[in-house]
Amino acid sequence: MIEIVSEDRCVKCDLCVDACPDNVFDAVPDSAPVIARQSDCQTCFLCELFCPTDALYVSPLSEAIEGSTETDLIAKGVMGSFRREMGWKNAKPRGTAGDMSYRIFETGTITP
Amino acid sequence: MGETAEKIEADILVIGGGPAGCWAAWNAAANGASVVLIDKGYVGTSGATAAGNTTTIYTRRGTAERAATVGQRVRLGHGFTEAERVERVLDRTLENLDLLAKWGYDFPSYEDGRPYRGMLRGPDYLRFMRQKLIKARVKVIDHCPVEQLLVSDGAVAGAVARFRRSGETLEIRSGAVVIATGGCAFLSGALGTHNLTGDGYLMAAEAGAVLSGMEFSAQYGISPAYSSVTKGVVYFWGTFSDEQGNVLTAPGDRQSVVASELIRGPVYAILDKASPRLQEGFRRGQPNIFVPFDRMGIDPFKERFPITLRHEGTVRGTGGLKIDHRSTTTVPGLFAAGDAATRQGMSGASTGGGGPNSSWAMATGSWAGEDAASYVRSLGANWRAREARTTNQRKTPSSPPSSDDLNSVVAQTKQQILPLDGGYFRNQESLSKASSILSDLWDDEAWRSGDRAKVREAEALIATSRWATESALLRKESRGLQRRTDFPDPNPLLARSIDSGGTDDIWASFQPQQKMSAAS
Ligand SMILES: Cc1cc2nc3c(=O)[nH]c(=O)nc-3n(C[C@H](O)[C@H](O)[C@H](O)COP(=O)(O)OP(=O)(O)OC[C@H]3O[C@@H](n4cnc5c(N)ncnc54)[C@H](O)[C@@H]3O)c2cc1C
Ligand code: SF4
Ligand code: SF4
Repeated sequence: MIEIVSEDRCVKCDLCVDACPDNVFDAVPDSAPVIARQSDCQTCFLCELFCPTDALYVSPLSEAIEGSTETDLIAKGVMGSFRREMGWKNAKPRGTAGDMSYRIFETGTITP
Repeated sequence: MGETAEKIEADILVIGGGPAGCWAAWNAAANGASVVLIDKGYVGTSGATAAGNTTTIYTRRGTAERAATVGQRVRLGHGFTEAERVERVLDRTLENLDLLAKWGYDFPSYEDGRPYRGMLRGPDYLRFMRQKLIKARVKVIDHCPVEQLLVSDGAVAGAVARFRRSGETLEIRSGAVVIATGGCAFLSGALGTHNLTGDGYLMAAEAGAVLSGMEFSAQYGISPAYSSVTKGVVYFWGTFSDEQGNVLTAPGDRQSVVASELIRGPVYAILDKASPRLQEGFRRGQPNIFVPFDRMGIDPFKERFPITLRHEGTVRGTGGLKIDHRSTTTVPGLFAAGDAATRQGMSGASTGGGGPNSSWAMATGSWAGEDAASYVRSLGANWRAREARTTNQRKTPSSPPSSDDLNSVVAQTKQQILPLDGGYFRNQESLSKASSILSDLWDDEAWRSGDRAKVREAEALIATSRWATESALLRKESRGLQRRTDFPDPNPLLARSIDSGGTDDIWASFQPQQKMSAAS
């Protein structure tokens, strides 16, 4: 579930408010968005892709609260890790060209 | 129906902006229609593809690769797959993938430089489609779930939606409607399925549409126990074990082995059969598989981790709205595509995960857009003057709204469908019990006074559960995703499809023998 909107990092662009498919955030004038409906979060990590400043943290626990602090997460290097691996930048997709999924099918174990 | 704050008009209304809806909207616009595409969430992140990434099928008719796919579908379809329909779906998929390449979608290549078009990364693909639609002058409306259809003289004439944030309603009058609301995963927590509550099935059924194949919806996906990520493909290279570490080797398909063991106790997996080359392929292709592991500090290729099975319903299962050889439903002016339509002719009694589903969404979406456009042309300009009425005639009860009641109704509905013991493995007793509980929940009015959007979702969940349950009761055999412990074998006489429908009076019935491409 979504757990953190970093006040320090957020530039108040509200992209996450719009991009979240489950309407989890509320925009707040002159402030970072708030997590208003956490229990509606589907743990899809997609808001992290749209955030230009890696200010969001979605915990992998879909039914429990992880409770990590921002300092821990920064130290672990996981703030924005999904965005980096996907190759997105400034809310724009990049990186599909590096997809190596064809290797899944090259041994003939499965047929699509 | 409440206050209608806003009214708009378009030749074609497409409900749901996953791949099926996006291709429907693009093809309708390309055929000269004005189009509104409306989504409960955000077109680009909502639905199963956005969160999931999809393998798709890029093969040419007449090649060995194509024959392998079609042959596999027919075999896994247990008597329901129509080989020629599969061929047509895959022909259209190839065409659409080539179109994406022509439009500039940044496809990867194999190491030898040949283009690879068999994988579409969900958020990239849908974001690309969103931009394409906006350029094609499709009006995209986000965060506005449709609640019901409008009809005029038996034909569908538009819909009523409600903005999630303001609570205001939006009336859309149209010449035709495409339902592309995805499947229903019964709020199981499977990846990307939170908005997929069967809304399209309910609104179509209220307008008189028929469903088909709903008994083949008991599809479950493997995920780490704590996680939403039901990406099953990695487990082909996994080993499953019980609490004590004994490897699970019972005969049967891997899913059923895991399901049986999970009923007894925890199950673990380790992805120990993936070569370093494949590990890199997975990491560089499917980062979403690894987010949960990396953030938990687990190396899934070296360490055991606990797993569970999450219901994926008709998202990866089969059932949905009955359509003709393309995408036309049983109601004039109403078209259905993607997971919202029954996939029985393509995946038969089995899951179409791992390629068929995304191909199905592309092809049926495209056909729905084209056929809706020609239908609207055949109506002439007169559709704008039609009188239309709403299809949900139920009155909102006057009791004080209680979210406790509503939450408990949703929890009870899930309880009838999700548990492995009863949902995955079913029998007369479990299904009859579920049927009567679901019927009582539907007939109860008191809980319907709460938040309109949530009430409609709960109604859709109950209705979908009821069609699935009644169809499963009727099919007294085991076949594909229908696993009856009281009838463990297939019965050749029952290789016929089951249609279902109705809202207050639910029905399910076997259809006359149809032409099948293979015996079960
Ligand atoms: C984890 C996962 C992995 C998968 N991987 C693969 C794969 O590798 N290969 C493959 O072929 N298939 C795969 N599938 C299946 C595939 O994702 C689906 O078949 C595909 O997304 C169907 O597309 P769709 O457009 O019909 O539905 P969706 O993509 O689910 O889109 C439906 C849309 O309708 C909207 N909607 C719902 N209700 C309403 C309403 N009332 N009003 C307005 N809008 C509404 C939703 O918000 C959503 O945006 C996977 C599924 C999952 C869950
Ligand atoms: S993880 Fe998905 S559902 Fe949760 S807040 Fe982010 S975008 Fe919304
Ligand atoms: S997307 Fe990131 S920067 Fe923009 S409002 Fe959300 S958290 Fe702040």
